[in-house]
Amino acid sequence: MKELMKGNEAIAEAAIRGGCRAFFGYPITPQNEIPEYMSVRMPAVGGCFIQAESEISAINMVYGAAATGVRTMTSSSSPGISLKQEGISYLCGAELPCVIVNMVRGGPGLGGIQPAQSDYFQTVKGGGHGDYKMLVYGPATVQEAVDLMYNAFDKADKYRLPVTILGDGMLGQIMEAVEMPEMKDLTKIPKKNWATDGTGVGENRRIINSLYIDPDVLESVNHRLFATYEMLKKDEILFEEYKLEDAEIIIVAYGTVARISKSAVEILRQRGIKAGLIRPITLFPFPSTVISTAAHKECVKCFLTVELSMGQMIEDVKLAVNGKKTTAFFGRVGGNVMLPEHIAEAAEQEVKKNGSCI
Amino acid sequence: MDEKIIIAGFGGQGVLSLGQFIAYAAIADGKEVTWLPSYGPEMRGGTSNCSVVISDRPVASPIISAPDCLIAMNKPSLYKFQDRVRSGGTIIVNKTLIPDIIERKDVKVIYIDAGDLSLKAGNPKTANIVVLGAYVKQSGLFSKELVSEMITKKFISKPKLIPANLSALDLGYNFA
Repeated sequence: MKELMKGNEAIAEAAIRGGCRAFFGYPITPQNEIPEYMSVRMPAVGGCFIQAESEISAINMVYGAAATGVRTMTSSSSPGISLKQEGISYLCGAELPCVIVNMVRGGPGLGGIQPAQSDYFQTVKGGGHGDYKMLVYGPATVQEAVDLMYNAFDKADKYRLPVTILGDGMLGQIMEAVEMPEMKDLTKIPKKNWATDGTGVGENRRIINSLYIDPDVLESVNHRLFATYEMLKKDEILFEEYKLEDAEIIIVAYGTVARISKSAVEILRQRGIKAGLIRPITLFPFPSTVISTAAHKECVKCFLTVELSMGQMIEDVKLAVNGKKTTAFFGRVGGNVMLPEHIAEAAEQEVKKNGSCI
Repeated sequence: MDEKIIIAGFGGQGVLSLGQFIAYAAIADGKEVTWLPSYGPEMRGGTSNCSVVISDRPVASPIISAPDCLIAMNKPSLYKFQDRVRSGGTIIVNKTLIPDIIERKDVKVIYIDAGDLSLKAGNPKTANIVVLGAYVKQSGLFSKELVSEMITKKFISKPKLIPANLSALDLGYNFA
């Protein structure tokens, strides 16, 4: 049966059902309902909940728990995620699976507490040091957030890397009807033959580490990590296409902004402008091919990237479009959210500039 | 079918829970729904609002440009949102706190003394449910019985509150 749930709470429940048994966090708006929910629910399923003394502590607790093989996560919002960056780099270096939820708020600095998408660079390009990537999801609805969260631990375990759910304040606070999946059977999860869990007596020692002093060894680690990222590009790309068939202008947007953009597409079509939408669901790996394929279509005149930022994802859109068509940008920042009409107006202007194919 | 509602008032007037009741009823009725609150450093006495979108199809934008219905529980909320109500839409005005007459002629206006009716219902905290009753009647989206069921479910752990809330719903419904 469908149940009305707040985004943050639904994500927390989905994490538990996906097998999370250790949560470490530190409070920050607008994601406080996640640790609040976990503080009650985690003990009920025999898991561990700790409100750490800081974000830095929380992410390092995740490192420790992940090393033992337990499914573990943390959640925070932008300034808190910045504090976790060192730990995230170490998790990537040590190839430890975990899930990180970021309910983005406006920045830089303490910024505000209202929704934003200005952590795209930090999350997708690597906010910590070193060559690394994470599997990054940008869900648009509470149900999608639940579904992605539910399977995020499987992905993290499979590829041995952190998975980030990149939401925003809106996704955290909104209530929608959701269908919760069944509790995963943790006895059926593949064994982790690398985990430092006290098993494996008589084998070689299991060591979790990210220090490789020998340049040749470190180089091979770097290559191994990037071979994994190539696998992600091959198998894990997710996106939604909406009314692309005859589109002359294509809006590219992710997360909650993609929903507002979808309403804008309807407004534009009512006004006789053939608009379509590409919604990346994975932000890394980025769905470049669908964008570049669209850019090659004669009918497509231009792209409009819409974000709650000064323009971050647009760089990946431009790389995919590769100069074939113009790529414009429309964004709101500071925690302000655009109305569908605002996007429609921006799109209409672009169509005028670039000429219509009708 | 698309119904977009903005509900606004002082923090503590129950505007968020009023929106949630509409959302619960919509789901029970098999509709798709989003409930999006304004959130922030809010407190009792500050301003608060939420947007509810009900549809037969999955809801795209949870952000509302032109609501079909505005429920204004206090004066600042009325002036903040009244111009955005679509032509032909409805404004429900809490007359207890808003003595003003709406100048727009292209919207339907329901002036309801929610404070007075909540006292008749036996609990001044039920003013939001009085307005909910008025909304249920004027929108015709779902039955009063369905909403009564939602209220009873919500207050299951505080059964003492149920009679006044159901009475408030009736009074608001019969008024509109």
